[in-house]
Amino acid sequence: MAGDGDRTVPAAGPARLLAEIHSDGTWVSLAEHRSRYALPPRPRREPQSRLIDLIEESGLRGRGGAGFPTGRKLRTVSQGRAPRIVVGNGTEGEPASAKDRLLMSRLPHLVIDGALLAAAAVGADRIAVGIDRNNTEAMAAMREALAERAAQEPLPVPFRIGGTPPRYVTGEETGLVHWFNNGPGMPTFAPPRPFERGVAGRPTLVQNVETLAHITQIVHNGADWFREAGTADEPGTALATVSGCVARATVAEAAIGTPIGHVVASAGGSAAPIGAMLLGGFFGTWVAGDAALAAPFSRAGLSPLGASPGAGIMVAIAEDACGLSETARLLAWFAAESAGQCGPCLYGLADLARGAASLAQATSSVGDIADLQLWADEIEGRGACKHPDGAVRLLRSAAVVFAEDWERHARGETCPGSSAAPTIPVPVPPPIWR
Amino acid sequence: MANHTIVVDSIACVGHGICADLFPEWIRLDSWGYPIIKKELIPPELLVHARWAVANCPALALHLRTQQGESGKPKGAVGHLFRRLVPSGPQGGAKPPG
Repeated sequence: MAGDGDRTVPAAGPARLLAEIHSDGTWVSLAEHRSRYALPPRPRREPQSRLIDLIEESGLRGRGGAGFPTGRKLRTVSQGRAPRIVVGNGTEGEPASAKDRLLMSRLPHLVIDGALLAAAAVGADRIAVGIDRNNTEAMAAMREALAERAAQEPLPVPFRIGGTPPRYVTGEETGLVHWFNNGPGMPTFAPPRPFERGVAGRPTLVQNVETLAHITQIVHNGADWFREAGTADEPGTALATVSGCVARATVAEAAIGTPIGHVVASAGGSAAPIGAMLLGGFFGTWVAGDAALAAPFSRAGLSPLGASPGAGIMVAIAEDACGLSETARLLAWFAAESAGQCGPCLYGLADLARGAASLAQATSSVGDIADLQLWADEIEGRGACKHPDGAVRLLRSAAVVFAEDWERHARGETCPGSSAAPTIPVPVPPPIWR
Repeated sequence: MANHTIVVDSIACVGHGICADLFPEWIRLDSWGYPIIKKELIPPELLVHARWAVANCPALALHLRTQQGESGKPKGAVGHLFRRLVPSGPQGGAKPPG
């Protein structure tokens, strides 16, 4: 599902990014893009505090999942020693997300301008964008868009597109920096974080490509315009990838704070009564269906439910699906995606996945379930990156949301949904890191 | 005064487990033999054990940090040499165990 290029553009609120997309599947040319957006200023060694002030005023937060204030990040990187480097993160390793590839394959110039503006803001002399190398459509569009620029308006700084290994943790910022430094696409021990010492040892700004696209629009339309949508603390719109038990899987755009039910409705609504939703994707949290649909699509709105929009991912599963079986498959993916660098992740996630599988098949003993809880406690916070924490959070949310099923499986009875076909497709990662 | 914590570079750590023997007041091993370390500031009277554990980690994976977040690397004449031996940063020794 997440790989399908065939996603239509719905209306779940003010479409700002998606409004520019061509419905015929072609990408927006440089000429058309320039008819709307002025040429970005040339990046210089000196940061442009005016640009940083503007992004700070807009209140934009990163759209890669963590939601860190973009202006503050720009400011921090701009205070590092010159020259600095900008890295666009288009790896989109989250299997249930499709918004970054849609953006890069349809609006490459919006992303490229955003990277140039970020480079001008922090005073960077190089830009690199990492894209999952299996994501051929986005790679091709971004490369062709850069070639189109080379002919019409030569790029002011070197701009590289890197085809990254198709691995989840390569998209973690230290993993991406490591790969651009000719290492494997695996996270590194931090500190130092990339803003201190990143690509080529330089202070490096790592931004999700959707964040870069928002920067282009903010510079053109102003901070006040950006704040017309969204909430005071989380302004603007965000892209959402809706999939699972819905009429059609889609990428939607919604003002932050829009009820999740409205966003799901823009995907044609549910295909069957929704039992639960996986919010934030594989690296997210299970939330009971009713609570999820009523909740606002925002960090503040989901925080009381112990959830977060993450990179704007919503996966619905039907009432009669077995959430524990879905969770067990997701945990197997977590284990397979471990870079194998940290013991608690390498061995812990494998044990966690085995334990969850045995619970899903209702073959666990009382001791097995106690082990699951012990391992979750031991694994949390013990990796160099947050990958193992994601597995623990997912399992814990499953224990709460599917509490009844959990009890039943623990007694040795499966539920009718456990033998049904999976709702959430789980990719098998290849053993490739370079 | 107490302003040190001990942290593990979980990528460098391969689970020798010596630290848990040398500094059991602060370090225990998890189900797979990797150190779980208390996050609290180390009381001054235990600092000598902390230094002992850091110095004896065969993987050079343990670090003493001051509260301000500076790493407790040795100062003085051998400092630069030690820093070169301890992999850190984006290029540094981030290899999977085994």
